[in-house]
Amino acid sequence: MKVGVLKGGRSLERGVSLRSGARVEDALERLGHEVLALEAEGTLVKRLDEERPDIVFIAMHGRGGEDGTAQELLEILGIPFTGPGVAACVRCIDKVLAKHEMRAAGVPTPDWFAFNETAFRELGAAEALGALEQRLGFPLVVKPSRGGSALGVKFAGSWFEVPEALVSAFSYDDRVLLERFVEGRELAVSVLGGEALPVVEAIPADGDRYDFEARYEIGRTTFACPAELGGGEAAVTEAALGAYRALGCSGFARVDLILGEDGPQVLEVNAIPGLTDTSLLPQAAEAVGMSFERLVERILDLAMKPATA
Amino acid sequence: MDSRPPQRRRAHTRTRDLERYAGLFAERTRVMRSSAMRDLMAVTARPEVISLAGGLPDTSTFPPQTFAAQMTRIAQESAAEALQYGPTEGFKETVDCIAQVMAAEGMLPDPEDVIVTTGGQQAIDLICKTLIDPGDAVICEAPTYPGAVPVFCSYQADTIQIECDDDGMRIDELEAALDRLDGEGRRPKLVYSVPSFQNPAGVTMSLERRRRLVELAQRRELLVVEDNPYGLLRFGGEPLPPLYQLDGGDFVIYIGTFSKILSPGIRLGWMVAPPPVMEKVVLGKQASDLCTSTLTQYFVREYFAEGRWREYIASLVEIYRGRRDAMVEALREHFPAEATWTEPEGGLFIWATLPEYIDTEDLLAKALRADVAFVPGRAAYIDERGRSSMRLNFSGAGEDEIREGIRRIGKVVAEQVDLYGALTGDRPAPGEQRNEAAEENVVPFRKAVEGGG
Repeated sequence: MKVGVLKGGRSLERGVSLRSGARVEDALERLGHEVLALEAEGTLVKRLDEERPDIVFIAMHGRGGEDGTAQELLEILGIPFTGPGVAACVRCIDKVLAKHEMRAAGVPTPDWFAFNETAFRELGAAEALGALEQRLGFPLVVKPSRGGSALGVKFAGSWFEVPEALVSAFSYDDRVLLERFVEGRELAVSVLGGEALPVVEAIPADGDRYDFEARYEIGRTTFACPAELGGGEAAVTEAALGAYRALGCSGFARVDLILGEDGPQVLEVNAIPGLTDTSLLPQAAEAVGMSFERLVERILDLAMKPATA
Repeated sequence: MDSRPPQRRRAHTRTRDLERYAGLFAERTRVMRSSAMRDLMAVTARPEVISLAGGLPDTSTFPPQTFAAQMTRIAQESAAEALQYGPTEGFKETVDCIAQVMAAEGMLPDPEDVIVTTGGQQAIDLICKTLIDPGDAVICEAPTYPGAVPVFCSYQADTIQIECDDDGMRIDELEAALDRLDGEGRRPKLVYSVPSFQNPAGVTMSLERRRRLVELAQRRELLVVEDNPYGLLRFGGEPLPPLYQLDGGDFVIYIGTFSKILSPGIRLGWMVAPPPVMEKVVLGKQASDLCTSTLTQYFVREYFAEGRWREYIASLVEIYRGRRDAMVEALREHFPAEATWTEPEGGLFIWATLPEYIDTEDLLAKALRADVAFVPGRAAYIDERGRSSMRLNFSGAGEDEIREGIRRIGKVVAEQVDLYGALTGDRPAPGEQRNEAAEENVVPFRKAVEGGG
């Protein structure tokens, strides 16, 4: 099969995408496919039209690739692609939208408020910030609504740290959310073809937060897979699958959760999870004896036969 | 014989493999830092991005005909020698060229004390390799050369940073730090400084502080590493004597480079050190790479024989002066009133500091969307300081590009300033609250020009 691998792009996760893409290309070659490396750049549509791959493996993260842009384009060109369709991408990339969908579907997610820049600049929303203390409490987490890999995520320990954290978060997106901080274990559930793989727990070294650096640096974070949850697996998996369905994902996804005192809380769903050396989906697949090649093959199969996803 | 075509291989495809490698990593790799920066910078490779982030000299001004003529002569007259290994210390002829460069700043080292290195960066590495055991104290400036940070980290040094102001490293703070270490029974292995047109701050150590630093080094028998890549790139003001000249070479180890006065691509630098230190450095260099590139040493020899190297530097100085002026002018026009910046008399960099509620790593994400890049200040610190500062390079872009780049940065900064104003309104700003406690501290670069207008 002629498989295009779409990677790169202009998002801040470009580097991650290039690493995911390279690894996927390698696996596809070993599987005996004809690999067509595709950079997300100005000549993409022209190249797709000329080369007409049988399918495109989307190995892009963040804006341009995970937000429905590339998916929309491939739909227009009539070329099948891996992972979720446009609608699921749009819902997943936007944490605020995703949280509304999850709450509506009864999936547990921490309380939050969302603001866009206009609210502060033109509507005096700063006056409403005072209510945060009662509604969310401190510390709280400030995040850009669209963004990945913990870029721009800040913790505010008191009211006085909120404006600064907001300025940082607004550097990445014009909409941010302020979310109640849930203390607990950091878990990720990868979903493949509608089924949950074993739960991975990220245990940052030296009490670090699982931030951008910890995510992509070998040895900075240790992972336990399957995580020792002492009977709590069912609730975690149920929450993850609930989120996957609520957002209309297909093919695969990675659901990030915190396991706090009151049970699991879903933070976000990644429509196109990372496939780098340190990414969690490949680790989870391996825990059930699935090699990276087999994982890649399965993702292709799911895309070719979407009905089974 | 196996006739299968070679298969392209990317090392690890399974996490189990990774675990296996992870178990093999040396302890020092744990402190080698990677960063979000690197991924952010991957985005700056786009041609539409104006990058004020690099530290690139402008090599486009080097005449291609000169380059071609010299390389041709080497090929015709000394191909075999130029393609051969050379001595670990470097060729005598290269050291002669180095002597000329150092003489231009009033230094006259014994040729025996000089080693040719693969760029100034290798000299930093070799010194650390020679002197530092894990946990040893190393002192440098705050901010310091971002490229020195990973070297200190990889040798597991305990790095102490001494605040800089417009006159360079604060020698009173240095003395206090030395006393503190003394009290703990520790002695720092070296004090690293870029005294002239510092990278990243652009500031130059005053003559008085130079004298005090050298006097301190002699009195306390302290090794000072003077890194001087930019000394000859002076646009204004009076030249100051290098620490090496003031000291005579007993306690000052000197690092020089051809990178900023000729080409960074040839990877030629050097170090001048007292003989006992040099002996170990040579052994270290043998272990690292046997010798510095023979070919590029031949190139430098030819280039210096032509005798126009001073003119070339003079032409660079003219170009960079114009670019610095363009950048300073643009900063005045486009940066907010609360911002400060240094106005260097030479070198390649300006250091700008924004209101403290602006985190320049996050700002970079916003700036990249506006197609402009800079180096966030945190890269110049071992700790978390520098978060509201940025390094701006003015040697690698033309004047128009610089103006446009600063305009774009100014615009995203203004947006953040406005937003912060809208967020805090008449409430006390967190910054003000925090400043009460910090007021005692001397503000670095206090003489820096206020922005606005």
